[in-house]
Amino acid sequence: MREPIERQAIISGAAQSDIGRRLHRTGIDLTIEASLRAIEDAGLTVADIDGISTYPGSGGPFGGCSGAELHDSLRFSLNWRDGATETSGQLGAVHKAALAVAAGLARHVLVFRTVVEGSGGALRAGDPGGGGMPPAFEYLIPYGVTSAANWISCYARRHMHDYGTTREQLGAIAINARTNAASNPKAIYTDPMTMDDYLNIRMISEPFGLYDCDVPCDGSTVVIVSHRDYAPDTPNGAVHINAMGTALRGRPSWDQFDDLTTMAMRDSCDSMWERTDLTPADVDTAQLYDGFSWLTLAWIEAMGFCEKGEGGPFVEGGTRIAPDGELPVNTWGGQLSGGRLHGFGFLHEGVMQLRGTANLQVPDCEVAAVGAGGGPESGCLLLTKEIR
Amino acid sequence: MSTDPPPRFISPSPESEFYWRSGADGILRLLHCGACERFIHPAGPVCPYCHSRDVSPQPVSGNGTIATFTINHKEWIPGFTPPYVFALVEIDEDPTIRIGSNIVECGVDAVSIGMRVEVEFEANGEWFVPLFHPLK
Repeated sequence: MREPIERQAIISGAAQSDIGRRLHRTGIDLTIEASLRAIEDAGLTVADIDGISTYPGSGGPFGGCSGAELHDSLRFSLNWRDGATETSGQLGAVHKAALAVAAGLARHVLVFRTVVEGSGGALRAGDPGGGGMPPAFEYLIPYGVTSAANWISCYARRHMHDYGTTREQLGAIAINARTNAASNPKAIYTDPMTMDDYLNIRMISEPFGLYDCDVPCDGSTVVIVSHRDYAPDTPNGAVHINAMGTALRGRPSWDQFDDLTTMAMRDSCDSMWERTDLTPADVDTAQLYDGFSWLTLAWIEAMGFCEKGEGGPFVEGGTRIAPDGELPVNTWGGQLSGGRLHGFGFLHEGVMQLRGTANLQVPDCEVAAVGAGGGPESGCLLLTKEIR
Repeated sequence: MSTDPPPRFISPSPESEFYWRSGADGILRLLHCGACERFIHPAGPVCPYCHSRDVSPQPVSGNGTIATFTINHKEWIPGFTPPYVFALVEIDEDPTIRIGSNIVECGVDAVSIGMRVEVEFEANGEWFVPLFHPLK
């Protein structure tokens, strides 16, 4: 195999701002806090940063801070910049940064995702944040379904119908996240959760109850993507990008995707494994998106950690996905309990695990799989401690 | 759902306007390709299968099968009173096409995957909103 170009990129730094339910701080304030921490973590200065990459940029209704705001606030001098939603999910910002670094357009790219959804309001129909209703929602909003909880619960129900997946199995994902969050000082929800708690909480959009849904929060996550020749100079160690998954081979649609029991993660995972000799058996920990509990199950199947349709039995009881299990999943608490950092919480945890500095450290962690997104928004990364 | 029609926020594009007007005569129409004879949804200016521009709205039976659904319990939009069902309905003419809609004239707990349904229309301002009820 010709070496995939993303293998020229490393993650040289990573940091988060304070994270909370209602911090009542602006997105740019949080972004600057995380940015300065990440730049220092990478052993760099503001003057070394010559690229910015972010999701969703200024175009989306759910952005917390635009690249331009950050750019101007710290007066970066940039050779390359990007911020957009039509990409390989939230991690698309990382994918593009790796490409820019490999192409020589930039040497150190600051990549961020900032959310102010705890303090801010949710997206409302009729007020989608300017520019009118997104075309994809023309056929959804009229039926009172404005939330991804509605769209994704339809897929979860069909998965239950076709494969016998149960609410208790989804509950194992939520409880695993809650248990792990107790070790994360920045997590939102840390009180222990029982299966009875999970099953008896109010329903949101069946089969999803409240504890199947992630928790909105305020916070910013930043990683620095650098060229790998900087790796020996990183003060806290480099994490290597072994492969990235960017594909969307099915329709870019929440309701017309060809398979109602998986989503675009099927394609992004396939495309990631096509770019590496590593296999699912090599993965030491998986940090897999849980905007809704079922998405983690769908990511587990898409990643190939089990067969399609076997995700329910795979997670049942939670022992296999626990920190001391065969595949530790969402060791930081996920978005379900750690907070909805919109994909970048998983990325941050993957970096910490490979550095050996996670709060709940997986022993001898050398390969981490990170997947983010739901519906047609999907992208993934295979990260390694050493270049592989 | 309450008896008053909820705010539907219909905002068609030039290509989809026919869809939201079609129910005026009680008939559901989808875009159809005159070259390869396939139905197309959502509507656009070209056939995605053969790339012909010979596309036009054509009637369909309005019958279909529920592929999956959710029972929504949260009020996201004032006027949409929970609980209500949102379902993806595979149309008889081409089950790869799904129409998302509310299921009406039926208790939320009576809805199931595989249930046969047929279209009806709710007049809503200048638009006719396709809804589905159990096939009688």
